[in-house]
Amino acid sequence: MSDALPPAAARTAWRVGTVVEARPETSSARRLVIDVPDWPGNDAGQHLDVRLTAPDGYQAQRSYSIASSGSGTRIELAVDELPHGEVSPFLVEDVMVGDRLELHGPLGGYFVWMPQAVTHDPRPVQLIAGGSGVVPFLAMVRAHADAGDPTPFRLLYAVREPGDVFYRQELTQLAANGLQLDYVYSRTVPHGWPVPAGRITKDALAGFAIPASDRPRVYICGSTGFVELIAGWLIELGHAAGDIRTERFGGQ
Amino acid sequence: MNHIDGNALAGQLSDLFAFDLTSAIGRCVTCGTSGMIGAAMVYVASPGTVARCPHCDAVLATIVETDDRIWLSLAGVTAIEVAKQA
Amino acid sequence: MSFITRGFSGRSRERDPRLPPGQTKVDDWPVLSAGPTPKIDTADWQFTVTTETGAQTHWSWDELRALGIEDITTDIHCVTHWSKLEMPWRGVPIDRILSGIPTRAKYVMAHSYGGYTTNVPLDELLNGQAWVAFEADGAPLDPEHGGPARLLVPHLYFWKSAKWVNGLTLMDSNDPGFWEQAGYNLHGDPWKEERYW
Repeated sequence: MSDALPPAAARTAWRVGTVVEARPETSSARRLVIDVPDWPGNDAGQHLDVRLTAPDGYQAQRSYSIASSGSGTRIELAVDELPHGEVSPFLVEDVMVGDRLELHGPLGGYFVWMPQAVTHDPRPVQLIAGGSGVVPFLAMVRAHADAGDPTPFRLLYAVREPGDVFYRQELTQLAANGLQLDYVYSRTVPHGWPVPAGRITKDALAGFAIPASDRPRVYICGSTGFVELIAGWLIELGHAAGDIRTERFGGQ
Repeated sequence: MNHIDGNALAGQLSDLFAFDLTSAIGRCVTCGTSGMIGAAMVYVASPGTVARCPHCDAVLATIVETDDRIWLSLAGVTAIEVAKQA
Repeated sequence: MSFITRGFSGRSRERDPRLPPGQTKVDDWPVLSAGPTPKIDTADWQFTVTTETGAQTHWSWDELRALGIEDITTDIHCVTHWSKLEMPWRGVPIDRILSGIPTRAKYVMAHSYGGYTTNVPLDELLNGQAWVAFEADGAPLDPEHGGPARLLVPHLYFWKSAKWVNGLTLMDSNDPGFWEQAGYNLHGDPWKEERYW
């Protein structure tokens, strides 16, 4: 039996973590592993806030999805640098192994996935990610694999070009072990890709996603524009609004 | 178009409540629709955080925060329902 | 428990003596929204002044602009700590809109398409202190910045410059508007840092 985590609210707190690993994830993103000695564990899909303090007291704070879950004191983030961002450029370009960061979390009980053993919900799960929106889904697909969970899991991952894919190695391995994985490339496709580059369409979505008749639980994560587009199409395709959970970053 | 999801409230509200408010169910005073507060439409790029009903756009809650104080209004929600921990 | 984050200095923040306390000069124009952006056609646009007795006067888009548009260059200060200096605007002075409307009221509630409200003392909207503005930075106001018309009261924090303004209601008491009910200061003078209750 996995470790029982204490109730959500009892766990949320401001904590200090130390960066123990920092490596490039894509040309604009970085994977960070942070050791947080008093981390109480987190559910798959939860996020945390990172707060930075400048010497004059100025503070900036942003939310990031956690790519890991479960108990343990090492948590993983994958941060995409926004061109005029306040926090992401610092995390992607400046932060060094050994740096300490203030973190608030784990946060969120809405956009989480828990194994069938906990929820007793046998319905399949459809994950739809735009760009860096895949990060909370890494936590979910890893938790799903670690638990040996029988729930059918499908991930549709939309990016601009192959170099934008986060966690490609991990996803490839999970796909080899049962995760149904589909990519849509809007700007540049990999060599030998069977279809030309193009933004996702409603028809493509219908082709890749678990059909509404199977009543999947759907999670969508990405920019506001992406999430609204996909959610709207899913409702037109017959999915109930209550079966769809969304996490938007803001922006188009 | 500028809004994000109610789960963005989780951070601010965790300072105030002993439970996760984004999983709580609330009923909109204006249109009567119930739903998870996590599904509210949240506008954070403003002098405070504003959560609006996804059905009728009425304001459900506002949160204004300084270093040492928080003002919370839940005036747009009739009541909230939270599952107790087993 | 906050400690200084090694290597973090924040956005380069220029200091300028024209800035009120706690403000930072910015060169872009941030968009802050408390709700969805209303989309109003000027053909349907109407501005209404309601006195404390309920008497109403209406202007269409063309009628209001016919009162006379002037150029203004002013600084604006948002309570979220950013300021823009020497920003060019064009609008109709509130003086011209309210001239000829008898009132004994001391306060005004500004109303907007979409339901936003904010309260301002009447004498702070007169004597060249406030406008209904249509243009900023040399172009018609974008909807996300409050277009087609917004209130402009630059000597107070910018939440008082109600976006999508569609009317003024004269009132005897200083009733709080949207943000004033939510924790923000009834008055909002940036030079006295009147931000919160």
